[in-house]
Amino acid sequence: MAETANPAAPTKAQPLSVQDMILALHAYWGAHGCLILQPYDMRMGAGTFHPATTLRALGPQSWNAAYVQPSRRPTDGRYGENPNRLQHYYQYQVIMKPSPADFQALYLGSLFAIGIDPLLHDIRFVEDDWESPTLGAWGLGWEVWCDGMEVSQFTYFQQMGGFDCKPVSGELTYGLERLAMYIQGVDNVYDLRFNNHGVSYGDVFLENERQMSKWNFEVADTDTLFEGFRRAEAECHKALEAKVPIAAYEQAIEASHLFNLLQARGVISVQERASFMGRVRDLARGSCEGYMDRFRPEWEAQFPGWTA
Amino acid sequence: MGSAVPGVDGMSTMASGADFLLELRSEEIPARMQAGARADLEKLLRREMQAAGLTVGDVTVWSTPRRLTLIAKGLPLATEAVHEETKGPRTSAPEQALEGFLRKTGLARDQLTERDGVWFAVVEKPGRAAADVLAEAITAIIRAFPWPKSQRWGAASLAPDSLRWVRPLSGIVALLGGEVIDCEIGGIHSGRTTMGHRFHHSGEIVIDGTDDYAAKLRAAHVIVDHAEREGIVREGARKAAADAGLVLVDDEGLVIENAGLTEWPVPLLGRFDEAFLEVPPEVIQLTARVNQKYFICRDAAGKLANAFVCTANIEATDGGTVIVAGNRKVLAARLSDARFFWEQDRKTPLAVQAEKLARITFHEKLGTVADKALRVAKLARWLVEEGIIGPDLRHPATKNLRYSREGGNPAANAAPDWTPAFAGVTKEELADQAELAARLCKADLVTEMVGEFPELQGLMGGYYARAEGLPDAVADAIRDHYKPAGQGDDVPTAPVTVAVALADKLDTLAGFFAIDERPTGSKDPFALRRAALGVIQILLSAEVRCNLTAVFRNAIASLFGSVLDRAVAGDVNFAIYIEKIGKVQPHPSLPAPEFEARIADFAAELGDFEIKLEPYSELALEFLRTAPVVVGKTPALLLAFFADRLKVQQREAGVRHDLIDAVFAARTIDGGGEDDLVRLLARVHALQAFVTTEDGVNLLAGYKRAANILKKEDYTPAEADYVREPAEAALIAALDAAGPQAEAAVAAEDFTAAMGALASLRPAVDAFFEAVTVNDADPAKRAMRLGLLDRFRAAVHKVADFSRIEG
Repeated sequence: MAETANPAAPTKAQPLSVQDMILALHAYWGAHGCLILQPYDMRMGAGTFHPATTLRALGPQSWNAAYVQPSRRPTDGRYGENPNRLQHYYQYQVIMKPSPADFQALYLGSLFAIGIDPLLHDIRFVEDDWESPTLGAWGLGWEVWCDGMEVSQFTYFQQMGGFDCKPVSGELTYGLERLAMYIQGVDNVYDLRFNNHGVSYGDVFLENERQMSKWNFEVADTDTLFEGFRRAEAECHKALEAKVPIAAYEQAIEASHLFNLLQARGVISVQERASFMGRVRDLARGSCEGYMDRFRPEWEAQFPGWTA
Repeated sequence: MGSAVPGVDGMSTMASGADFLLELRSEEIPARMQAGARADLEKLLRREMQAAGLTVGDVTVWSTPRRLTLIAKGLPLATEAVHEETKGPRTSAPEQALEGFLRKTGLARDQLTERDGVWFAVVEKPGRAAADVLAEAITAIIRAFPWPKSQRWGAASLAPDSLRWVRPLSGIVALLGGEVIDCEIGGIHSGRTTMGHRFHHSGEIVIDGTDDYAAKLRAAHVIVDHAEREGIVREGARKAAADAGLVLVDDEGLVIENAGLTEWPVPLLGRFDEAFLEVPPEVIQLTARVNQKYFICRDAAGKLANAFVCTANIEATDGGTVIVAGNRKVLAARLSDARFFWEQDRKTPLAVQAEKLARITFHEKLGTVADKALRVAKLARWLVEEGIIGPDLRHPATKNLRYSREGGNPAANAAPDWTPAFAGVTKEELADQAELAARLCKADLVTEMVGEFPELQGLMGGYYARAEGLPDAVADAIRDHYKPAGQGDDVPTAPVTVAVALADKLDTLAGFFAIDERPTGSKDPFALRRAALGVIQILLSAEVRCNLTAVFRNAIASLFGSVLDRAVAGDVNFAIYIEKIGKVQPHPSLPAPEFEARIADFAAELGDFEIKLEPYSELALEFLRTAPVVVGKTPALLLAFFADRLKVQQREAGVRHDLIDAVFAARTIDGGGEDDLVRLLARVHALQAFVTTEDGVNLLAGYKRAANILKKEDYTPAEADYVREPAEAALIAALDAAGPQAEAAVAAEDFTAAMGALASLRPAVDAFFEAVTVNDADPAKRAMRLGLLDRFRAAVHKVADFSRIEG
């Protein structure tokens, strides 16, 4: 079985810019058989929510994809004043189904591709299991440390939408800003070089963070958000009845984000919180079930012996 | 009728044994699971070998993050051959008998052996080659391996029953005497090749056998022996600190964890900005240890130094400069978060933070944490005002308890001598401090720091209290009120701390017992056993004297008061409802009996009102209706619970549980049950000393005899005049003398003297049984003598209920 060889340290005049890092990852994972997808055009909290991960993790067919997903965490907004925390940031997401035998080696190769020398930096796999009650999903894996800093989440999905993963997908999530700050040796996210032509991350996103933090925390109309949540919920149920589970899942994504915004507005009490989370979970799981139902006959025919 | 005779065959005699090597290579095994996995691997191998009949001698098991290795030296090359002979029917027996025998053995007639006119079924089971046995055992061990959590992976996981392992299993080395043991599981074939360090070595390593395994891996930058890696981490970290003129803070948990995260550990020392040292040292240590697995260091003066030791898994090409710089940056980010919390939290006084506790539910029925803090404050104040907790807990002046170790001087039975201004603190000041500390003791739960590090609860409250200028006694009480958190933990002794620590635990216990959430079996979700143990430890260690029943009553009263107050304050309709009842409300500040009487009246008045109430008021109403029953039965339930915890706690100290029962069952001088744990234990100690003496043993025998007779014989106490037999008269005289003596000694809490008084009865009791016939033909004499035995029993019961004593 292939394990990481010890590639010669690259000599680089200067570390990769944010966009070059993304391009390098795209080139790397594309060369290893992943589809290079684009971000999903909806607001979501993490790359895992992208249907290319959540829905495609279901079922028996193979699936390999990589993409950047802008991730929104309204409560993490700091008005552009915190050097590490953002309400909008990028995750780089890789999913490979079934998980390849050399998945760890492939991952380490990707770090090397963006300029991390494993004989200069201390790379470690530290136990960290993953669970998303919202998605009815869990997996075992690690957080990957580079010199003590968590740079990626590495997970073997065991369940998604309440279904056992048959087969298991391997999932990688890189926190792009954090990784870029590390590679570029920068202490403030806004100081990152976005490209090599004088544009910084702050030039692109600082004003965005200021305005969106204000909107998330102070401006967003809570009645509209509550109403939006109810509508997304209703629409999700309607889509499930009409047997269009992908559309239903989009409404689950929408509801989940509106719930996050309501949280940021501080209008959901501790008791209500659990009930809202339960409602989102029902939508997401229902969508996964609908997706499974939709394809079950086809998959069972293609993969004799396979059952959901 | 079957017999198994171990045969002698070539293989087992010539075999001197071969060495077995098993390496199960996988992706990174969580550090915390490795020790258990080593033990399980050995256990499973021994189990399999024993089942197969292979003798296993010494076994060595090693682990790294990426492999589990087992070496068994000198395994026999084969199992013993077995010669099995089963006797059948006589050759002359009817045909049916022979047919039955053939069916039973599964043999044909021509396979049987005839000897002396009897059929025998002879089965030769040849010895099995150890390699075959091991091949089966390896796959069986892998399938049965009890990982705390395991997973499926890869293409094989298309099938639901695919192999499970802690993380994907990637290779098996299995060699016996240098030969590969062929086996396959989950698509992985055994062989003799393994892999070295993930970054320091590439390509396969070919293993010849047990002798070159560790050395070849060492050459590939893998130290397979976890104990050796632990030594490197331990010593390397100490040396890194010493080289910087510092002293490492030893932490064996971190040693093991870091050794479990590395195959080639390299401890490296780094520094962080000195400015972070303004953050409390516990916070820095926790941040470094929990989040980053770093050791911390102290300077020569014992103060926390601005240094950490991390453990890398590589011999870095630059000597580790980049690694240290990276780790420093991560720690700095974490510490600046901690410092931010530290600064933010101190901007808000604890009293203001405490208001936010009203948002945190303690328990649905028991209100919010703010409600709890208020109850704890009242109870803590009450404990001081009642004189249960004084300014100087261990000062002899506040003690009236004397027992054996001080020679049992009854003269010491002075009333508790309250010294109002002792140590510069008046009772009122102490009560105020206890109340204040209790009101603030939970406030740190809403601070940023405790939100981030829940294990710092209490400690941070103490820091914040001191920072805002509260008295040390108050800050200490806030800091330590969760103590003791277990048998080995420090037990508070400072008066304010004792008051708050006791009140907090007692409120928790009273609350959960009142709503019938008692521990059952292994389930104790609210940690009530630990709370009770904590109370016991504090009471005994500070010799706090109190009648627990009265304390429980007060805590329960306070609970109902709090539930009532909260519902009235939070629900206008409920307030109107309560007003309509129109009686003076029960309030926990009333004396216990009056509170009980009033709450019974009050609960009786809580009829059905057709008013829409808030959900909490509905709960409160339901709970208040149960009050008379709860107030009535809960103190006794709690006392029994404490008795059980005390027995468990004292077992280690060698105190007999039956003697604890005997004293719990005895009456106190005021006729109540014994519920002062300090006095109770003194009494138990004296009793335990006594019942092991000759006098004690004989007195117990006499007591049991008397008790048995009394149990058997019905009698009505009667007065009769007749000439007493000498032994009878002597017992009367002895009881006349010893009874009051024992009683006085018990009242004086001089339990050694009480035992002495009992001992003085022994000759008279022995002589009585020797010489006097209890069941005299004269009913008057019989009644009088039974009465005398009853008197004897009662006298003994004044000291302890001897019927509970075993033996």
